[in-house]
Amino acid sequence: MSTTEAPAPPETADAEPLPLRKTPTRKRLIPYWLLLPGMLWLIVFFAAPLVYQASTSIQTGSLEEGFKVTWHFATYWDALGEYWPQFVRSVGYAGIATALCLLLGYPLAYLIAFKAGRWRNVVMILVIAPFFTSFLIRTLAWKTILADGGPVVGALNALHLLDVTSALGITEGHRVLATPLAVVCGLTYNFLPFMVLPLYTSLERIDPRLHEAAGDLYARPATTFRKVTFPLSMPGVVAGTLLTFIPAAGDYINAELLGSTDQKMIGNVIQSQFLRVLDYPTAAALSFILMAAILAMVTIYIRKSGTEDLV
Amino acid sequence: MAATDTTTAATAPRTGGNPLRWLRRNIVTLAGLATLGYLILPNVVVMVFSFNKPNGRFNYQWQHFSTDAWADPCGVADLCGSLGLSLQIALWATLGATVLGTMISFALARYRFRARAGVNTLIFLPMAMPEVVMAASLATLFLNMGIEFGFWTILIAHIMFCLSFVVTAVKARVMSMDPRLEQAAQDLYASPLQTFLRVTLPIAAPGIASGALLSFALSFDDFIITNFNAGSTVTFPMFVWGSAQRGTPVQINVIGTAMFLVAVLCVLVGQVAGNRRKRSNP
Repeated sequence: MSTTEAPAPPETADAEPLPLRKTPTRKRLIPYWLLLPGMLWLIVFFAAPLVYQASTSIQTGSLEEGFKVTWHFATYWDALGEYWPQFVRSVGYAGIATALCLLLGYPLAYLIAFKAGRWRNVVMILVIAPFFTSFLIRTLAWKTILADGGPVVGALNALHLLDVTSALGITEGHRVLATPLAVVCGLTYNFLPFMVLPLYTSLERIDPRLHEAAGDLYARPATTFRKVTFPLSMPGVVAGTLLTFIPAAGDYINAELLGSTDQKMIGNVIQSQFLRVLDYPTAAALSFILMAAILAMVTIYIRKSGTEDLV
Repeated sequence: MAATDTTTAATAPRTGGNPLRWLRRNIVTLAGLATLGYLILPNVVVMVFSFNKPNGRFNYQWQHFSTDAWADPCGVADLCGSLGLSLQIALWATLGATVLGTMISFALARYRFRARAGVNTLIFLPMAMPEVVMAASLATLFLNMGIEFGFWTILIAHIMFCLSFVVTAVKARVMSMDPRLEQAAQDLYASPLQTFLRVTLPIAAPGIASGALLSFALSFDDFIITNFNAGSTVTFPMFVWGSAQRGTPVQINVIGTAMFLVAVLCVLVGQVAGNRRKRSNP
């Protein structure tokens, strides 16, 4: 008697699941009621707008006369033809920033997971705390750090590093601000915590005894890292690179605040087409291309890296 | 060798001398600390420059030490108004996203239902979408519907993008929970409601709390989506963005620093309280 009354969840790890037909209809509807409001919210304010945007991208018209769907696919070609440099730049900057985040973030995540000991919580706080100052204020601080007469530019000049980077086209003249270097530096900085945290999560799960075992089997530290630690941290690497690359590719804040007109990314174009030029079809077409490109890249990347259970 | 003398095997390296291994170990630590420095440096600059007295409109160059801005943090028109608005939106968005997200995560973690894959995709997509795409498409919808931009459009957008993060945080916690605890409660004649309130909810609470905190932080700091959906309403990040064009008052550094310090203080207090609780009932 009591077993039929008890609303034992249908999915339990080791208990016998109740047969579905015995559950009363009211109980079977519970998950749908739980899902309904949140899902409606996402359908109305996330999915539907994407459909709307798809239709906007093939409209023509003007602000005064209104826009109509005319299946004007040429908007896509025109947009791509005019703004392909910004697309390439976005993918390039975001790619470099992601690689830098991985390079810089891995040692930090490793430090927190294995070496920090009783300082672990302190270091964690230091990684997360900057979030609480608005990222715009922190990005503006880079204007001070990289300022023309500032210590960073001075040191780079003294070491003649800026001559090298100028020759490579990463900087211009004897300054860092308003160059690709500044934008990439800002992107790397802004998305670094999104790399460190998933890396830390997957590193922390690694049983330290595995390292000892590798050592006992005569693996050098470098080999241990290559054959044990790094492969086991792959879920973190994949999650971190995605969490870094996706927002970086669509970002326009760093290019706007730290770059010049020569460093505009695709986000800048979408923003100005939408909010300033008010050319909604072009803005819609551009963001659709961006979305499709990123989803395609992400899908290929996830397939290749073999971790499909990210959610 | 390892069998005869385990202590040296554990401490001494098999290849290379001790100094090399010491250096190698410390290279990782040093690199990690350098990255930490890179992450912290802008906050230090923001803090230092909150005591600056700039000559022009922009607070990018150090001039004189002054505590003027700290004495009058609201001394700039609209600054504290925008801050209040941001806090208000963040609180409501957190509430909305946490309630809706927790409901979804319970459904996902506890029930069998149709269209699970579809639900999972719809949860995942907003996190895998560049903000500017979501921002532009939502704004297109509002424009087409003739809805006026302002407080409500911002709130709707914020709940939308916070939702997925709450689901991810809460679902992980509920999934890892031992289902036998609930069964035990039922065996002890707890009603479903009692079981939920006194067993399930307390166990899920840390997940819900981290989801809520994340929502608050995301909403409070959001710029891109707000920029598209705010109309002429000015949140705190929008104020900072505008000031980057018009001139940056020292007060935004004061606010940024104060929030940083408050956050660190909260975490430290939480840590101490947690340690004490652990000590009192081990």
